[in-house]
This record gives sequence, structure tokens and C-alpha cells, in this order.
Amino acid sequence: MDSSLETAADREQLRRVVIDPVSRVEGHGKVTLLLDEDDHVREARLHIVEFRGFEVFIQGRPYWEVPVMVQRLCGICPVSHHLAASKAMDRVLGIPVTRSAEKLRRLMHYGQILQSHALHFFHLSSPDLLFGFESEVGKRNIVGVAAAYPEVARQGVLLRKFGQEVIRATAGKRIHGTGSVPGGMNRHLAVEDRDALRAEIDHMVEWSRAAVELVKRLHRADPALYDEFGRLRANVMSLVRADGAMDLYHGALRFRDADGKILIDKVPDQSYRSLIREQVKPWSYMKFPYLQQLGPDEGWYQVGPLARVQNCDFIPTPLAEAERREFIDHGRGEPVRATLAYHWARMIEMLHAAETIRDLLGDGDLLEGALLADGERGSEGVGIIEAPRGTLIHHYQVGGDDLVTMCNLIVSTTHNNQAMNTAVREVARRYLDGRKLTEGLLNHIEVAIRAYDPCLSCATHALGKMPLVLELADAGGEVVDRVVRE
Amino acid sequence: MSDSIGMPRVRVATTSLAGCFGCHMSFLDMDERLLELAKVVEFDRSPLTDIKHCGPCDIGLIEGGVCNAENVHVLREFRRNCKTLVAVGACAINGGLPAQRNHLDLGDCLQQVYVKRDGIEEGGVPDDPELPLLLDRVHPIHEVVRVDYFIPGCPPSGDAIWKFLTDLIGGRTPRLAHPLLRFD
Repeated sequence: MDSSLETAADREQLRRVVIDPVSRVEGHGKVTLLLDEDDHVREARLHIVEFRGFEVFIQGRPYWEVPVMVQRLCGICPVSHHLAASKAMDRVLGIPVTRSAEKLRRLMHYGQILQSHALHFFHLSSPDLLFGFESEVGKRNIVGVAAAYPEVARQGVLLRKFGQEVIRATAGKRIHGTGSVPGGMNRHLAVEDRDALRAEIDHMVEWSRAAVELVKRLHRADPALYDEFGRLRANVMSLVRADGAMDLYHGALRFRDADGKILIDKVPDQSYRSLIREQVKPWSYMKFPYLQQLGPDEGWYQVGPLARVQNCDFIPTPLAEAERREFIDHGRGEPVRATLAYHWARMIEMLHAAETIRDLLGDGDLLEGALLADGERGSEGVGIIEAPRGTLIHHYQVGGDDLVTMCNLIVSTTHNNQAMNTAVREVARRYLDGRKLTEGLLNHIEVAIRAYDPCLSCATHALGKMPLVLELADAGGEVVDRVVRE
Repeated sequence: MSDSIGMPRVRVATTSLAGCFGCHMSFLDMDERLLELAKVVEFDRSPLTDIKHCGPCDIGLIEGGVCNAENVHVLREFRRNCKTLVAVGACAINGGLPAQRNHLDLGDCLQQVYVKRDGIEEGGVPDDPELPLLLDRVHPIHEVVRVDYFIPGCPPSGDAIWKFLTDLIGGRTPRLAHPLLRFD
């Protein structure tokens, strides 16, 4: 583990520079840098400053509420939580999900991958890539992109819209829907929705291809930057289908080491706890997971598009598979480890999602067939899904009275905690060390964090400590809340 | 900054406090209309821009309730700077789902999650001064500042946000017709 910039020895003597809030990401994070008098970076940390408490207050709720409650962890990827919780509850109920229900869930999920990847690339990250990391702050956003590259912005907005419409058609609402239930689904796809989506899907596949091309053009235009910025060695983890294919809805866990060698393979989702442990650090509400057999220093890993595209053996749709091969070739026998390659891998996955949706829309099982089955009720279940940002783990125990007695969540962004901190330190060392810090230089740090597409709300389901006295006064100056902590 | 006919643009700031960003996603669910909006609006502080502090604005949209000292600070910054402040969505209006923790003891929760849970190594409750102080309850934003408008929903739809903003920017009293006024 790169811990050389994690904690400076003489912290009191150093000057603090803060990036707060980290912007154009989901959730609440900040970066602190400690610098010595020669402007050398001595410490760099990404702090997750938010707390939630979901894991605790889910306990005591009836199991059937859970898929609808937990999606409120995150408004960007609610479907991931909705489905991971449903999959865990399928296990609790011992219900083998019907063919129609699984296909409908897959459609919902790939709709979410499409919308989330489009959102992240076009709305959040593209300003850095199209204008430059040190470009004018006021223009460095989607409105600026719309003015300078109207067609790019339009396609981004419409790709996201299409993904959101897939979710609406399967979940009932674009955000925080109700379509998936423990044991199956509660609705089919309506014929009119199917027809409306089919009328658009060929455009979406085309525009997704164009997005992959755009990222490749950016890489070609500045290979020194794109191949080196925030480069780091890391293990990777994702679900992989039994035959080695990329599968974002279901599979078994596979780890590879930083050289690309398979370390662990075919671990069933129910056994995740035999692999992963979590470390707590006092300066972040987000935990630091690691592969138990390697320990915390060597066992941290990356998840998400960059991990998945290189962890699977192939992508089961032709256009995305051709792009995956080109991506792998780019590494010339080595795994691709550059931070900005996340964007390239993400757009390959967006193309895969568009192709998968196109194939699914031709399937009659979406329109009819059983949505729920019976099962042998148990008391525990794990649901794992590949969310847009990476592997998402939900684990519940449910009592005989149907109330949840234990809830453990390891969300995608949490897996990337150490990797993001390492990327921040790499970039700080390479680009900021010894220089007078400008807004544009500090944005380099955020560019590295953004590449991971962190979802910081998701990652902070725990509660934090209050070391001081705090009083909350209302608009009239009346104290409405007071907290004391030693 | 002005548009083509010389009218000053309406300056809008947005933030998410103790929320899930779902209301911001609904904002983006205005889809192509976003590009229309961008012709009459300019953005100040928002998760969509890199402006880190709110300056003088016409409209402030607040997602999420108030759960820590930083939320209080940001909310007051918005109130000071925004002529019209809007509570967007269930969490800003009544605390929403994060307020489910209000009946729990914070200390117990911390111990459960950071110390006692299976799979934790070197457990301990995070307590660095960089982490904002938590309130023991999640509060709706109107308990902390005066709020001018409330748009319900979890989240309100993109259509509702569009109707509200176009009314407000057009100088009309914002009115959400019955189908747009939803609480789910």
C-alpha cells in the first residue's frame, strides 16, 4: 500500500490546503493536503465526511420494505440497491426467480448502467477532458460543454434520458421505483413502452459507439497524459459469469492481482465474507476493505469499469467485445492501470449496456410469464450486483417475525477507497509537489477522484462521532438541538 | 452575463445536504429542457459546477435535511445569498429516510457499525477533526432557516421541477398541477 503520504510525521508544522467540497461527484467528500514551507506535499487524504445510518435503521424493518428503502442510499444508482436487496431477499425467501422476472430486472439494471455511465461521462467528467484540467472554472461544467460541443452534450443528455426511461418502464419511476420485490417483479414491460424504447435503441447503440470513439480520440491526442496520469498498481475484483463473461447482474467473485493473474475465482456470492475484511481509519467515515488473505497493506483492490473490463474473459455482445479487445491490446501485455482509462472502460460498458438492452427488448418473456414463485423460507441472504461503480454487496438476516435483524452493506465506492486515496497521492506527488497551488492544479486531484465516479452518499451508511458541543438554533435563534461529546 | 436580448441571466445555486442526490438527478431529468434552461440561467455553487461557495443568487435549491454542522453552515450560506430558497424533496421538507435514525442512539450506532460488526479489523469510531460534527437528529431545513417554497416528492419529478422553475423565472406564482404534486 502506498502509505507514504497518508500521515505526515510533523502534522502541526504543516500548512493545510483543502478542496471542499469535491465537486462534480455524487456525495460529500473533501481532500486535505498538508504542505511544508517549500510547498512539498507531505500528506494527502480523501475524507468522506458524510454519515447515513442505513445499516442500523434497516434493522427492525420488515424485509419487504427493504428494496424500496435502501435505494434511498443513492439517487444516482437506486436501481443497484433496489436489485441487490431484492436478490438478497430472494435468498431469504428461498425463491428461484422466474425467467420473466430475471429478464425484467436485467433490463432495469442495464438501463441504469446506461444512464449512470452517460451521466458520469457527459454531465460530470467531460468538461475536464474536453476543456483541460486547468480550464476556466466558470465554463468547466455541462453548460459549458453544451455551448462548446452542443452535439456531444445533446447525445449525452439523450443517452441518459433513454436509460432513465428504461428504468421508468420497468420500475414505475425514473428514481426510486418499486418494480422489483423480494422473490421477483411486480410488473411486466408494457407493449407501448417496449415499442417506444425499440424505436430509439439503435440511436443509443450508435451514440454509445461514438462515445467510445471520443474517449479513444482523447487518448490518442495526449497519450502521455492519458497513460500516465494517476497510474497505480492494484488488485481488481468483480463478479464474472460462470463461463468468464462480463455479467453485471449476477455471477461469482473473481480477484486478479496487479499483474493481471487470477488470484481467486468462482467464489459464490453467499461466501463474500470469507474473502473481504474492512479496516476503519479515524479520518474517514468510509471503511477500507481488503482481501483477507493479502492483508490490509497488500490486499486493497479496485472495482468498477476499469476492473471489470479486464477481469472478465470476454464481453458477450459483439461491438463492446471488439472494443474490449482493442482496450486490452492498448496495454501491450500489461493490465491497463491509468486512472483516466476508467473513462474508456466505462464507455465500453455503456456500449455493452446499449447492446444488451437492444437484445432484451426483442424478448417476449418481458411482456408475459410468471413474475413470482414460491420457495422454502430461510433466514439469511446475500445479494451482489455489479453497480455502475463496481461490486455492491447487500447482506441481511431476517427473523421469524419477518423483521430484519442484521444488515451489512459494502458499496461499490467503499471498495475503491484505498485506490482513490492512492490516486490522489500519486497525482499530488507528480503534479502538485513543490509548486504554488492554483485552482487548476487542485482540480487535477479532483480529476483523479472523478475518474472513479465515486458515489459518496452510498459509501457512508455509517454514523460518525461528535467530539465537541454543538447547538443548532432555528431561524429565530431558538436552540432546537444540542449535542455534547467528549 | 446576459443572453442575446440583454436580459440578465437568472443565477441558480443548488446543493445536497443529507440527501441521496436523487433530487439532483430529477433536476437532470428535465432532459433536453436543461439545454433550454441553460440559455436563461447560469449556475453558481452546485454539485454540477466547480464553484465551491455560494455567491449572490436569485434561486437556491436545497436537497436533503440537516444532519451535521457542515449542513448547517452550507444551508445558512445559501439563505444569506439566495433571494428565493426552495426545499426540494422529502428530506429537505421533513428529514426523509435519513431521519429514520432519529429514534436511535448515535453512540450505539457508531459502535455497531465501526467496532462490533463482523469483518472489521482495527475497529474504532472515526473522530478526526476534519469530519464534521454530527447532530443527534436529522432536521428539516425549515427548522434552521426561512424557506420560501417547498416541492414535495421522493424525488419530485423532472417535470415538476421544470414547471416550478419556469413559473418562477417567468415571474408567475409557481403552481404545480395535481398530477405533478406527489409525495412518493
